[in-house]
Amino acid sequence: MTTAHFQSHYIPNTEREQAEMLATLGLTSIDELFHDIPDEYRNPPLNLPEPLSELEIQRELAGLASKNRSLGSGPSFLGAGSYHHFIPAIVKALMTRGEFLTAYTPYQPEVSQGTLQVIYEFQTLISSLFGMEVANAGMYDGATSLAEGVLMACRVTNRERVAVSDTVSPTYLQVIRTYCQAHGIDIEVVRHWEPEVGDDTACLVVQYPNFYGGLEDLGDFAQLAHGHGALLVVSTDPTACGMLNPPGHYSADIVTGEGQPLGIPTSYGGPYLGLFTCKEQYIRQMPSRLVGRTVDSQGRTGYVLTLQTREQHIRRERATSNICTNEALYALASTIYLAAMGRQGLKQVAELCYHKAHYAASRIESLPGYNLPFQRGPFFQEFVVQCPAPPAEINRKLMERNILGGLDISVPPYSAPLPPDLDKGMLVCVTEMNSKEDIDALVAGLAEFN
Amino acid sequence: MLKGGSRDTGKLLMERSVPGRAGVVAPPLDVPEQPLPDASMLRDDLALPEVSEPEVVQYFTALSQQNFSIDTQFYPLGSCTMKYNPKINDEMAFLPGFAAIHPLQPPDQSQGALELLHTLQEYLGEITGMSGVSLATLAGAHGELAGVLMMRAYHHSRGDTGRIKMAIPDSAHGTNPASAAMAGFEVVTLASDEDGNVDLEALHELVGPDLAGVMITLPSTLGLFDRNIVEVCRIVHEAGGLVYGDGANMNALLGRAKLGDLGFDVIHLNLHKTFSTPHGGGGPGAGPVCCAPILEPYLAAPIVTASANGSGPTYALSNPEQSIGKMSGYHGNFGVLVRAYTYIRTLGDAGIKSISGNAVLNANYLLGALKDIYYLPYDRTCMHEVVLSADWQRARGVSGLDVAKRLLDYGFHAPTMYFPLIVHEALMIEPTESENRYTLDAFIEALRQINRESETDPDMVHHAPHTTPVSRLDEAGAARHPDLRWRPKT
Repeated sequence: MTTAHFQSHYIPNTEREQAEMLATLGLTSIDELFHDIPDEYRNPPLNLPEPLSELEIQRELAGLASKNRSLGSGPSFLGAGSYHHFIPAIVKALMTRGEFLTAYTPYQPEVSQGTLQVIYEFQTLISSLFGMEVANAGMYDGATSLAEGVLMACRVTNRERVAVSDTVSPTYLQVIRTYCQAHGIDIEVVRHWEPEVGDDTACLVVQYPNFYGGLEDLGDFAQLAHGHGALLVVSTDPTACGMLNPPGHYSADIVTGEGQPLGIPTSYGGPYLGLFTCKEQYIRQMPSRLVGRTVDSQGRTGYVLTLQTREQHIRRERATSNICTNEALYALASTIYLAAMGRQGLKQVAELCYHKAHYAASRIESLPGYNLPFQRGPFFQEFVVQCPAPPAEINRKLMERNILGGLDISVPPYSAPLPPDLDKGMLVCVTEMNSKEDIDALVAGLAEFN
Repeated sequence: MLKGGSRDTGKLLMERSVPGRAGVVAPPLDVPEQPLPDASMLRDDLALPEVSEPEVVQYFTALSQQNFSIDTQFYPLGSCTMKYNPKINDEMAFLPGFAAIHPLQPPDQSQGALELLHTLQEYLGEITGMSGVSLATLAGAHGELAGVLMMRAYHHSRGDTGRIKMAIPDSAHGTNPASAAMAGFEVVTLASDEDGNVDLEALHELVGPDLAGVMITLPSTLGLFDRNIVEVCRIVHEAGGLVYGDGANMNALLGRAKLGDLGFDVIHLNLHKTFSTPHGGGGPGAGPVCCAPILEPYLAAPIVTASANGSGPTYALSNPEQSIGKMSGYHGNFGVLVRAYTYIRTLGDAGIKSISGNAVLNANYLLGALKDIYYLPYDRTCMHEVVLSADWQRARGVSGLDVAKRLLDYGFHAPTMYFPLIVHEALMIEPTESENRYTLDAFIEALRQINRESETDPDMVHHAPHTTPVSRLDEAGAARHPDLRWRPKT
């Protein structure tokens, strides 16, 4: 199509204004501005559909969106790293203010104090939540945060062996492998009940609560790692830290996490928010931005990006990471969420998840044909169920009742560390979004199989 | 002094906290209470603030008002493409059928999302002239890392493991060398010639059996279209290397040239620049990777594939056979991808081309109006941005930094400063297509006025800004004594 005179409503310049502006340059057409592009490559055919009006695009996308089953449209018990939590209305109302939404990275602190002070608040609240000394301004997501934590541990210890517990998310393990592939780092998956750590191990990597929902003893892991001069790197869930001792309590050295549960929609996997904290002694090896408090030339308090000599725009190939754009808007969302939830609210959410999940587990366990293989250990909001039929088949039946079941972990990569008799595992997640009626409906659906 | 009703931001959340206040009311527990885990596992030290909902809204609103943003100011930050971010894009990303779906839902429950992603892959492939597209990378630098890992995987798959070097122009963004280093390469610097193009003689000396490839930004960070680009690609390919394209500046080339046609093998796009998704104060972005057929097997996982059946295509996530692996937890920054899709659909072919046309026109309009008072190091037609120098003002004691800070007083965001590194006192100005002539003229007038001030009152300019919420901040002190979080007074 050639709509030669299509005037986009996103562009102010009219044809007449274009002509006037070109005249100031002694030119008569916009095409002349592109004469540096060799003729044979200039103005290639572009096969895109015709432009849609706002009304038309709304219709088209409403149609596409309606082909997806949204979490709010029925009971949903899928977690595994992305969680359906309640988001107070003020989160969206505040984060979509143009002054936050359409600002760039705060490189000009005099006109970016809003964003900078928010990040300082974020660093304060996240380090408190994880029981750690310092937090950075955020990473891409939980998986990349953990991978960068592993690279950082190798820099800190100057070692190249990494022990990853087999209860760490199999997806996170894949991302660690991607990030480490060019560095000669030896990644060993170790058994969580007997992790092998040696004097050349850079770090022991564990997850709390682990991918299968369980709560392992971080104190033991810390003692083991530190006994060999290795760091303990923990990936954690911020909601769980509302009621459980956080990893910092157990002397973890680097604690990362997925920030999505803190006021961010599941949104098919992104954008999310990587949380990254560590002991203060390691800050100069941290990836990503940091905001510090300082004063201006008149002695007034203000905030700036700091310790930037770690970063790519100063240090180039010797930077601690290549990360530049991160997820600042979602650091803002999580800060608003934590401010609104506060000391009591986050604890209440965590406890709602805990009690509802344990109620669901006890009901499912009592069903004939079902059992909870890890029932003896404590868990938070997720647990594994060994089912009487293949989980995919059960999930199809549940969806006929408009219930989204748990994750089928009988298939790779989730099945890799599981014992052979756990061959029909489903990872069930229950949050404060699930009412008692939802849980009872799930139990009734599961009871069809035995 | 008491400041009546204005919402001040001096106190931090923890300093506003009053025991007993709450910003939300939790729903009641509707299941029987369950036994808690051992008390030794529970915390009682959760240091979060206790503030009410109106206080949260007032505090964050007041904070927002201390920012410059596209919606409130002209933001000509070079290489950042601070264009208008259409509101419809946000609204579409917030549709419950997009925002409230789980990444691990089976494909039959997410066909709409997968169809959108598949179509976006096709659009981006068409715009860049590339056959393979992965949307899985979450920002520009993330895409760079994936792209250079793909180059490494390609060479290694051929047993060509001696290619340990990556050549990067001296004008490149810092992420390029940082990404190359993260992919295990040794970085070698590629010089620019006197016209701002890649120096072909220098390139001839660098290519060889130890060079994996080059990373090129087109147009370059000087805002110039490299007239040697086709020759650069030919030289690198002849020596067995690959050409990486940093798409940060694609706003200049939309519909005007396809990087795949020019000879690039793999590139990334910044959807949060070229495709209008909001920067959010530093993210989220999306950095899709587009590549030529020879690199498709190595694309980051997952990609979206379509298969035909009776009632129309079915979409699925799949992993390229020799993928460099997963780059993140799930399938990419979906909410950002929805926004970019919406943008492309509302522009179509003609609209896409008018983006680049008006962006380049606006930049050249500024160039023409300013080159008599600010030194123009490369006197050529520029692309989407113009790089000026404050060298003439420097001679009067006013630096590029001072000019940039003084612009804040006039209500304009500063240009990118001191970058690219090869231009002294660089002021890199990118107006984008979404600014009108009135704003451009006001900006020109401000820069003219600042030039006059550099003659009449250089000291005043040197201490700018004077009208912002804070003046210049002690950055050295901040780095010497890092204060990175609030702590209770002891």
